[in-house]
Amino acid sequence: MLTFTIRRLILAIPTLLFISLVIFLLLELAPGDPMAQVPLTVPPEVKEKMRLALGLGEPGYIRFYKWLVQFFWVEPQVLFDHMFGTTFSEGKLRIISWQTRSPVMDVVVERLPQTLWVVGMSYIVGILIALPIGIYSAYKQYSIFDQAGTFITMIGYSIPPFFTGPLIIVIFSVNLGWFPFIYDTTHEVVDWESFVKQLRQMIMPVMVLALQTTAQISRYMRASMLDNLNQDYVRTARAKGLSERVVVMVHVLRNSMIPVVTVIALGLPAIFGGAIITEQVFSVNGIGAQLIGAIQANDLPTVQTLTFMFAFLIVFFNLIADVLYGILDPRIRYD
Amino acid sequence: MTDTTNTEPTTPERSQWVDVWHQFKAHKGALLGGIIFIVIVFGVFIGPWLWPYDATYIDIRSRNQGPSLAHPFGTDQLGRDTLARMMAGGQTSIAVGLTAMLLALGLGSFVGIMAGYFKKLDGPLMRLTDLFLALPILPLLLVMMMLFREPLSSAVGPERGIFILIVVAIGITSWMPTARIVRGDVMSLKEREFVLAARSIGTSNKNMITRHILPNVLSPIMVSATLGIANAIITESALSFLGLGFPPDFPTWGRLLNDAVQYLQDYPERVFWPGLAISLTVLSVNYLGDGLRDALDPRIRGR
Repeated sequence: MLTFTIRRLILAIPTLLFISLVIFLLLELAPGDPMAQVPLTVPPEVKEKMRLALGLGEPGYIRFYKWLVQFFWVEPQVLFDHMFGTTFSEGKLRIISWQTRSPVMDVVVERLPQTLWVVGMSYIVGILIALPIGIYSAYKQYSIFDQAGTFITMIGYSIPPFFTGPLIIVIFSVNLGWFPFIYDTTHEVVDWESFVKQLRQMIMPVMVLALQTTAQISRYMRASMLDNLNQDYVRTARAKGLSERVVVMVHVLRNSMIPVVTVIALGLPAIFGGAIITEQVFSVNGIGAQLIGAIQANDLPTVQTLTFMFAFLIVFFNLIADVLYGILDPRIRYD
Repeated sequence: MTDTTNTEPTTPERSQWVDVWHQFKAHKGALLGGIIFIVIVFGVFIGPWLWPYDATYIDIRSRNQGPSLAHPFGTDQLGRDTLARMMAGGQTSIAVGLTAMLLALGLGSFVGIMAGYFKKLDGPLMRLTDLFLALPILPLLLVMMMLFREPLSSAVGPERGIFILIVVAIGITSWMPTARIVRGDVMSLKEREFVLAARSIGTSNKNMITRHILPNVLSPIMVSATLGIANAIITESALSFLGLGFPPDFPTWGRLLNDAVQYLQDYPERVFWPGLAISLTVLSVNYLGDGLRDALDPRIRGR
């Protein structure tokens, strides 16, 4: 198991390097110039110095190397310093945003909690709804509940979040006035009342994202349960007189969860992608909104860092899914 | 092999595609989905010929109207007829969906067949597929739109430039599932007797692929085609919705939705039509794919 994990870990490194190279090369082609805003009265040699200060003007491979060092070496040091009060990162150049002239990571750290709250919450809610639906519709295959479940998951697949978002805003904010439709990111939870307010503003974005999660995972859960329900061991369990509840909820469920757990791990990065749109709809000030803002402002270091962070999440959760599968299903460990 | 000489066929012999059609008909959702999709496509491409208003015709005196007999879907902030704009938007959205699907399908089938058929190419091509699967698609699409929008627009004109850009961007980021499915099928086909028989009479690789392998992997390709259309339409709408798709005066369903969201407080009903069009198209295409998968699978067919 350990060698399996280590091998997967080593394979992830070239993947990440390749992706960072693709992103870097793509951005190399960018036509935008960060010096375009500088007044024409500034002499050319000063402009040249400003370019150098921004880390431009050097050959591409040096900048790529520097970016890699900054991302993988300097930024972790800053984090370490912040946590333990050490001074490893003093005087080292961090990834600087062209837009705000401050380190990209500082903005990311500011905005990440918003995204994590909404995304994480919606994923948990989605899973909690999806699992019982999947189990029950597999157990009662072709029943009315199953047919309705299939239809609803089809809808969940087909209706994009940028339609469900405005739709539930119209229904619940404009017509019914139950929830606020702009997410207040400055809101802090101090007492019960503010907690309720936080809950109310989170309900709609969480609902939109959870619909997609529910649709996907309940489908997988149902298929996986159906695979297992006809197996011989289920008949054996029934034959030796176990109650129906124990057969389904213990024997079948445990075996059916194996593929579902990996699907859950694999789906998490996609949810971050969906959060880009949901954040835009509900004006949540998360990293998705930061990415869109950076793209519109032609802020290449921020775009590069954020895109790579999304890629990192995908590779990381793929790795987790692989390892989980290996742990849960001993047949998979082909080492 | 059973002896077929003394068993008279009770029904006239049917070709494979008749069988497929019979199975497909039995799937009510798929049939309905197919009909709705055809109706949408025809409505969107033939509708503008019959409808008196033009999508770009501005009638400022009748702006912000609700649904009426003259304008069944109402008008927008410049008095343009929403139904006409929906039809014009649908043309673009569906055209983008179909072309991007064809590109992704071509790429995916090519990679899949190459990887499945030639053992030497299998390793590198599948590593490439894995790498592409690990790319963050939506952020990368946004970045590509940002970078190449201006140069392409100035080279071939704003609308065509964006069209090419969106189609290519969606195409090269969504071929991977097709490649994987096709590769798996090709690998199992390669072990079958008819391939051995064809090889024994000296069939060249090119003929082997075009005459024996390709017709047999057609069904997974067709199923992923339907899913590809749905995916491409959603992606294009998402890009337009985020303001990084087609230019503002050029309607697509995503763009119309984005415009409607800006007037959400005053005219909430405007969100409904473009959203419904996207969802209905994608839903019908998904059901169509579901039915096709059942109909093209000979193990399920006939049950």
